[in-house]
Amino acid sequence: MSPQPEPAEVVAALDDLTVWFPTPAGVVRAVDGVSLQVRRGETLGLVGESGSGKSTTGLALLRLVDPTSGSVWVAGQEVTRWSRRRLRALRRRVAMVFQDPQASLDPRCTIGASIAEPLIVHRLTDGGAARRRRVEELLDLVGLRRDLADRHPHELSGGQRQRVGIARALAGEPDLIVLDEPIASLDLSVQAQIMNLLRGLQRELGLTYLFIAHDLAAVEHMSDRLAVMYLGRIVESGTPAQIWREPAHPYTAALLSAVPVADPRVERQRRRIILTGDIPSPVDPPDGCRFRTRCPQARPECAGTDPVLVEVDGEHRAACLFAGEAVRAMRAP
Amino acid sequence: MSERQRGDRPVLAVEDLTVTIGTRRGPARAVAGVDWSVRAGETLALVGESGSGKSMSVLAATGLAPRSARVTGRVHLLGTELTGLPAERRRRMRGRHVGFVFQDPMTSLNPVLTVGRQVIEAAEEHLGLTRRAARARAVELLDLVGIPSAAERVDAYPHQFSGGMRQRVVIAMALACEPDLLIADEPTTALDVTTQAQIVELVADLQRRLGTAVVWITHDLGVVAGIADTVAVMYAGRILEQGPVDAVFADPSHPYTAALLAARPDPAAGGGDLVTIQGAPPSPLDLPAGCAFWPRCPVRGDARCEHELPPLAPVSADHHVRTFYPHQPDGGSR
Repeated sequence: MSPQPEPAEVVAALDDLTVWFPTPAGVVRAVDGVSLQVRRGETLGLVGESGSGKSTTGLALLRLVDPTSGSVWVAGQEVTRWSRRRLRALRRRVAMVFQDPQASLDPRCTIGASIAEPLIVHRLTDGGAARRRRVEELLDLVGLRRDLADRHPHELSGGQRQRVGIARALAGEPDLIVLDEPIASLDLSVQAQIMNLLRGLQRELGLTYLFIAHDLAAVEHMSDRLAVMYLGRIVESGTPAQIWREPAHPYTAALLSAVPVADPRVERQRRRIILTGDIPSPVDPPDGCRFRTRCPQARPECAGTDPVLVEVDGEHRAACLFAGEAVRAMRAP
Repeated sequence: MSERQRGDRPVLAVEDLTVTIGTRRGPARAVAGVDWSVRAGETLALVGESGSGKSMSVLAATGLAPRSARVTGRVHLLGTELTGLPAERRRRMRGRHVGFVFQDPMTSLNPVLTVGRQVIEAAEEHLGLTRRAARARAVELLDLVGIPSAAERVDAYPHQFSGGMRQRVVIAMALACEPDLLIADEPTTALDVTTQAQIVELVADLQRRLGTAVVWITHDLGVVAGIADTVAVMYAGRILEQGPVDAVFADPSHPYTAALLAARPDPAAGGGDLVTIQGAPPSPLDLPAGCAFWPRCPVRGDARCEHELPPLAPVSADHHVRTFYPHQPDGGSR
């Protein structure tokens, strides 16, 4: 990925970003050299398991965590070292929807007040009447009845609360919305509602999303392009079709093979690639390729070289010395 | 090792189980007239959304319902009626014959005891092993569930294990007494998908070797497809559809089951809008009079659905469905 984002098309970009956290156990390398670009009007999906650094990557785009090195770009401006005062403007341009709508709404505030808060903070409406009109407009957009404005979060269902979270994110007409596991804590029958809502809003308003989730089927469904993270790095990126049909990185292949399919006949015939062991500690990631300690196709060369993302086919890239080849070997009978 | 083959007599059978929980806002009917059973070597999956009663039905059946719950119905564990037994005898029956694995392994583990100690404790109490024999058994069990260098790890504490490894320890504890029945309540929900695959594989393998009956509670239809022999779909405290997993998935007859299966994004199907179920599940404090799913039902039938409870009726030999309007595979109804 090119280091200089093009202001016309790229809404947000990370260039060789690292985010390290000092802890008593050592320095946690949560994000360790991630570059990505989010283009206007698209959904970039970011998948990975716990500890992969996907959420920290999302937080870095809002500067909710401080980068250790590398740079963060939003709407053509480098925001890596913006002051706290300027960050307020950034957080109007980049909004966030969190996993747990219960935890991200103030239980004492009415729904209307919660949605009005960003309007007040960013001085977006002139006077109380205009603000109320805008709150009603936002409630309409996310499919909530206007009378819910007077209710409190505990009176709403989980799905309704997540709609409020989305309305708050929309309030400032942001360039980018970071969706961090927006459906993970919702019931199955409600997840589809929220995914359809997000896609409908994107079509209607031309929104740009970074969709972060561990649910591969959901990310595949929502995204135009996706990136797979493992231990602080992007190990593979491409279109969902490229990655789903022909994963080039052994980790992606293992991840896809672990996703259960709701069809007993398919499940009985499937050959799973079961990874051994756990994800290594981000305090002390393996040298060379980070996946080599769990990779069924690891070879001696993998210990000596830290692979970078290289082109497999057009936009499809993978960080594996034996990209493609290793997966074919794993899938062979 | 598998002397317990699939038998005809159920290991656990639940009949007309009803659980009502007293709350500040009145009685909540968590489970209403549920029947199911599971045989040796068989896996029954209880599927449903939060509040459907899937966990409560199993907790109540094994005598673990909260004090505020009123439980009625009949429960047979290996032929013994449990509901009438004194609490102490019921506890001993449960300890000897039933193993439990819950969603969060830390609810089952004591953080200040070594994992070995915790696996041993169960074996000592219910099998009457000596301290030394129990320790050897703990190492054997930790090895069985795939914990590397079990002989050394037996003296480690829970915090020294990852989430997936802790769940393996809990499974070792659950297996310590060679239970006839394993209750797995969302055991992989908090785990990553590659770890989930490991745990699912582990339980399936142990079941093949030990002939254990398994009741697996989950909301994940993909997991059900992979592990279950039979499935019961629960909603608002009742079973809406029940049958062999192939029949229920290939030919879902309740509009709710059909909609749940269609609501999952299918990578093979492309990116159109997903099928949704409007609204949210009802509160157990305020259940609709007739079919509980009626207010959200895409078919929505008629006044009969609104006021009358449909019976759980057969659509084929073992496949039962609670609706007046069974879903047809061509998309229509009736």
